[in-house]
Amino acid sequence: MRESTIRILRGSALALILLFFLFPILWILLMSFQTNADILRIPPRLGFTPTLSNYVALLSGKLATSSGTLDITFLRNLGNSLLLSVASVAASLVLGVPAAYAFARYRFRLGESIAFTLLSFRFAPPLLVLLPLSLYFQILGLTDTYGGLIWVYQLITLPLILWIVRGYFEDTSPDIEHAYRVDGHSWWRTFTRIAVPLARPGIAAAGLLAFIFAWNNFVFALVLASADKQPVTVGALAFVTAAGIQYGQIAAAIVLSILPTLALALYAQRWLVEGLSLGAVKG
Amino acid sequence: MNGLEVSGIRVRFGHTEVLRGIDCRVAAGETVVLFGPSGAGKTTLLRAIAGVEPAASGVVRIDGQDVQDLGPEHRPLGMAFQNFSLYPHLSAYENIASPLRARRLRMPEIETKVRRVADLLRIDHVLGHLPRELSNGQKQRTALARALVAEPPVLLLDDPLRNVDAKLRYEMRLELPPLLRKTGAAVIFVTQDFREAMALADRVVVLREGLVLQDAPAEEVYGAPATVPVAQLFGDPPMNLLSARLVQEGNRVRAEAAGMVSGFPDLNITRLETLLLGVRPEDVLIASPASGKAHAEILAVTPLHERCVLLLRTADGTELVASMAGAAPIPGTFVSIAGARHAVLFDPASGRRLAVSDARTEMVA
Repeated sequence: MRESTIRILRGSALALILLFFLFPILWILLMSFQTNADILRIPPRLGFTPTLSNYVALLSGKLATSSGTLDITFLRNLGNSLLLSVASVAASLVLGVPAAYAFARYRFRLGESIAFTLLSFRFAPPLLVLLPLSLYFQILGLTDTYGGLIWVYQLITLPLILWIVRGYFEDTSPDIEHAYRVDGHSWWRTFTRIAVPLARPGIAAAGLLAFIFAWNNFVFALVLASADKQPVTVGALAFVTAAGIQYGQIAAAIVLSILPTLALALYAQRWLVEGLSLGAVKG
Repeated sequence: MNGLEVSGIRVRFGHTEVLRGIDCRVAAGETVVLFGPSGAGKTTLLRAIAGVEPAASGVVRIDGQDVQDLGPEHRPLGMAFQNFSLYPHLSAYENIASPLRARRLRMPEIETKVRRVADLLRIDHVLGHLPRELSNGQKQRTALARALVAEPPVLLLDDPLRNVDAKLRYEMRLELPPLLRKTGAAVIFVTQDFREAMALADRVVVLREGLVLQDAPAEEVYGAPATVPVAQLFGDPPMNLLSARLVQEGNRVRAEAAGMVSGFPDLNITRLETLLLGVRPEDVLIASPASGKAHAEILAVTPLHERCVLLLRTADGTELVASMAGAAPIPGTFVSIAGARHAVLFDPASGRRLAVSDARTEMVA
């Protein structure tokens, strides 16, 4: 009796929380199937004739407005987002995981200072960095290049990966690696066969977080890249047209741009499961 | 020299010197037990020998070859870590096979060797399990198997029986010595348990605060501890250390404490000093109170199945521990101390052993 009451209460509490957090997403999903007229109707109605016109417009690249047809580059933006985020996270993993290992396992001169400096990139407001950066980029010829953007994205992704993965390396007993060395394996083999697999949940979590941050970045690409290199976050500005704001297309664009992150999160989930290192050492 | 030879091993962590110059030789086929209290530096010494202790300095030779400048993967040795240090993402089989894979052996050969050592240590039925699915005893034996499997010339075993249950520990104490002898390896076996040391050791090295206190066969460490700390550490219950009255008789000294008189040949004391008489509890000869010897009150009794340990207080207030066979007497009653079977004389100032009593047992006149 009491048990069941608690279960009902817990269920309704969970439902409330879910409703609160998922409602905006649900609303956007509904909006993506409505015409602008349906969306702007006051009071809003739940009953409407679903239309795929928003998705068709995005995928065909032709936006029909009251003042004529506009070209939109949403698919190109989506591709840019994918390229920038994947490449930045990949570069950060290649650089950050060995660096995190070094910071976790070895004490060296200025080690803590370097690690903290890398973290401090996260404190600085991006706009503060952007003005000098855009000047440098012009000198270096990096303005409006994928390489330059990926480099700047390291400010977002590298500190995140470095600090999260470092914690995971610190949590595994160095004796496990010592044992592998004593078995006769080289330092590099020990790093790739023991240290990295044991830190895999941390690497997956950090990689996923870094991907989300990179995906959602707006201001770096806005300032440092032109239209054909810009990600969806900047590309969405195109929906603010002379003929009004295209809410339906914005909603459809949001739905489409959530999908890659969602897919990655679902894939990374199995690596996020903790407890891989349980039972390694006594205790 | 075949086997392991270390000299002048020093390890300093900041301002504390954990090892202060360790010299030790272990011949091939010999088992040396490294004995000492927690924090003595036993594990650190093993790590220094294995090459995984960056702060270590000194010379390590294996089969005559200086390996001090080699990384751990180039030193021909096997090590069982005290905390197991199994690879949590690999099965017990792969854990054990790891040293063989490093040596690039062929699959069938790896299979044969892993099965053989697993049979020997009775973990053949759990080879497919991940470490987290093993009991502590199985984990420990997996770690031991990993150290043994490649038959290295040097084996470093860091308290490998600490976590196995009592029954298995007794079996392993019986089985390990012939097993280790068969490998022909120079073995360093770390333990804090003096019975284990007695059972396994060809030689015992007693380590305390980063220094070797004694390096001798187990019987000698037990019967003639080099210093007072060794006497206190090695043995359970520990050796009684009593202030002794001394009488010089020619070139012989008679020492008396708590009603026990022991003769020490070839010893001259220059002045009347108080020395410490060390008597193992089982060497205290207990007689019934009627025998007219020194009486002692029984303060407490700990029965240990085949014998019992008595805490005694003599008429002059000295407390000592004795162990005797037979039924436990009742606390509060009296027994008499008839003498000591064997005793050791220590200088309390330096803590060093001065002499070991002669075989003759003496009674109070």
